[in-house]
Amino acid sequence: MAMTMTEKILARKSGKSKLAPGDNTWVSVDVLMTHDVCGPGTIGVFHENFGAQAKVWDRSKVVIIPDHYIFTEDKMAHRNVDVLRQFVREQDLPYFYDVGTDRYKGVCHIALPEEGHTRPGEVLLGTDSHTCTAGAFGEFATGIGNTDAGFVLGTGKLWLKVPETMRFIFEGEMPSYLMAKDLILKVIGDIGVDGAIYRAMEFAGDGVYSLGIEERMTLCNMVIEAGGKNGVIAPDEVTLEYVRARTDRPFEVVTNDPGACFHSTQVYKTKELEPGVAKPHSPDHYALAREIGDVVLDRAYIGSCTGGKTVDFQAAARVLDGSKVKVDTFIVPATSQVARSLKTETIAGKSLETIFMEAGCHVGPPSCAACLGGPADTLGRLNKSEVCISTTNRNFPGRMGSKTAQVYLASPYTVAASAVTGRITDPREFLGERA
Amino acid sequence: MKEIVRGRIYVLGDDIDTDQIIPAQHLVLNPAIAEEKQKLGTFALSSVPSEKAGLPRGHVPFIDPQTGRSPYSILAAGKNFGCGSSREHAPIALAAAGIEVVVAEFYARIFFRNVVNGGWMIPYETPAPLVDRIETGQEGEVDLKANELRVLTTGNRFPLKPLGDILPILEAGNLFAYAKEHADLLK
Ligand code: SF4
Repeated sequence: MAMTMTEKILARKSGKSKLAPGDNTWVSVDVLMTHDVCGPGTIGVFHENFGAQAKVWDRSKVVIIPDHYIFTEDKMAHRNVDVLRQFVREQDLPYFYDVGTDRYKGVCHIALPEEGHTRPGEVLLGTDSHTCTAGAFGEFATGIGNTDAGFVLGTGKLWLKVPETMRFIFEGEMPSYLMAKDLILKVIGDIGVDGAIYRAMEFAGDGVYSLGIEERMTLCNMVIEAGGKNGVIAPDEVTLEYVRARTDRPFEVVTNDPGACFHSTQVYKTKELEPGVAKPHSPDHYALAREIGDVVLDRAYIGSCTGGKTVDFQAAARVLDGSKVKVDTFIVPATSQVARSLKTETIAGKSLETIFMEAGCHVGPPSCAACLGGPADTLGRLNKSEVCISTTNRNFPGRMGSKTAQVYLASPYTVAASAVTGRITDPREFLGERA
Repeated sequence: MKEIVRGRIYVLGDDIDTDQIIPAQHLVLNPAIAEEKQKLGTFALSSVPSEKAGLPRGHVPFIDPQTGRSPYSILAAGKNFGCGSSREHAPIALAAAGIEVVVAEFYARIFFRNVVNGGWMIPYETPAPLVDRIETGQEGEVDLKANELRVLTTGNRFPLKPLGDILPILEAGNLFAYAKEHADLLK
C-alpha cells in the first residue's frame, strides 16, 4: 500500500510494514526535547511513575534546552532551570545547553537543528507545541505534554494516532518581497485555526524548494496554528547538506510513495500572493498588509523560533538600513548562534547589528523573551494596551503579556517596514518592488 | 470513573487557547509540586477577555476572588478548545480549580491528549453546538453512562458523543495506569 512520508516514518518507527490514517500505534522515539517551562513537570511525572532512582531510557536521545524564562529576576524561573540541572546531573545527560555557559543556545526549535538533533526520517517529540518546526528536515516532529513526555523518558515509546496529510504546493519561485511567513499566514487564513486538526501538513512545490532551510522551518513552525499535528517537507540537497554538516549519526531519508493518498491538495501560485498579516486576536485573521495601513503601532518585535533566525534579521536589516524606526522596536535573536550572526553578517559592509543600532532598535539576548509574555520584567513584554506588530507565531489575547494588547503577526519585511512608518506597511514600499 | 458529575456550568466560546486558560507568567509554577499545582488552579482562565468570560453575558470571573477556587465543575465551550501550546499546565489548572468534565464541539489535539493521558478530566465532544443554549451558573449533571448533559435549571438535555478510543485510558486513570494494565502493548 502506498504511504505518505508521515505514515511511512511512523510505520518504520513502530516496526510495521504499513499504517493508515486513524491507526493507533506505539512509536519508538529518536529524540525527546524538553525545556525550562515543561521540563520540571515532566521530570516530576517521570520520577513519580518510574521511581526516584529511575533512569531515562536512552541518555543519548534526551535533549534539554532552557530557553523560555532566562533573562529575568524571577526566582521561580531560576528554580526551574535548577530542576533541569539537577536532573541532568542525576541522569548524566550529554545534551544540555545550560544558561550562563558557552553551551547556552536559546530557543529550542532553532537550537535543535543547529546542534544536529534534527535528522530526516526520525521521530522527534518535544514538550512544546512548536516542535513541529523540525518537520522542515523531513522528520515526524510534534509537541506533547508532561505526562506523555514523562512516559517517553521512561519507555522511549509513545502511543500515536497516524494523521492524514494535507498537501500545500507553492508553484513558482518566491518573489523577492515575500517570505515564508506570508505563505503560512495565507494558508492559516484559508483553512482557519482548526483547519488541520489531527492532520499532517506537507509543503512542496518549487516555491518551497527555492527557500533556504530557515525559511522552510517557518512554514512547519506554524502548522500548529492551524491545529496541525506535524508539518513536513521532503528533504532535498539543501536539507541534507545542512544536516550532514551538524551530525555524524546515520539517518534514512523518507519520502511519499508514488500513489500515496492525501486528505487534500491545495495549490498556490507564489507570484499571486502578497505580504500578509494576522490581525488580533487569532493567527487566522488574515489581511493584506496594504489593506490595513491605517493601523497605528506602538511597538515592533522581531524574534522567536519562527521570526528570529538569521534569515529573518537579514530581511529586517535590508528594510531598516539607512532608516530610523518610529516605534519601539525589539530585536531578539532566537539563539546565541543567530546573535553572533548579527555581528558577522553584513549588508554593503555594515553588520546587521550596526544597522539595527543605527535605526534605533533595542537588541536583546537570545531567548523566547516576549514571544510568550513571560515574567513581568521580560524584554519587550506588552504590559499595557499597546499595539504591536511582531514576527512571532501567536496573537491570542494575552500571548505577549497584557490581554488588552493588540498583536499583529507578519513577516520580518513587513514588521521592519511598519516599524519605520509607525503604521502597518506593505514592505514593497521599501523594497522597491511595488507591483 | 464517576457515573454522574453534578455541579455548576461555566460557558465559553470558540478557540479558547492555552494562553487564555493559563497565562504564560504563571508557567514558572511547577505542577509536580502539590502546592504549586493548586496555585495554578487559582489562575485558571484568567486571560479570557472579560466580555467573553462566562457566556452569554460575560464578565463572570471563573475563579471566586475570595476563595481562589472556582464554583464550577462543568465547562462548556465551542470549537477548538485548548488550541495553542502544549503546556499541560492548562488542563492541570482547570482540574485544580475543580473542573471534572469539559463538553466542547471539538478540541485542539495536544490539549486533548494531555487531558486524557494525564487523566485530568473527562473531555466530551458534542454532536451540535450547545454554548448558545446554556448559561453560565446553571446547575447541570453529566451522565457518563448515558453520555448526556442535563441542565437541571431548565430541564434541557444534550447528547454527548461517546468517548470511544479514549475511554479505556480514562477508566484506567491515566496513560501510566493504562500501560501497566496492557504491558504487552509496550513490547
Ligand atoms: S520563541 Fe515563542 S513560540 Fe517559540 S518556543 Fe519560544 S515561546 Fe514558544
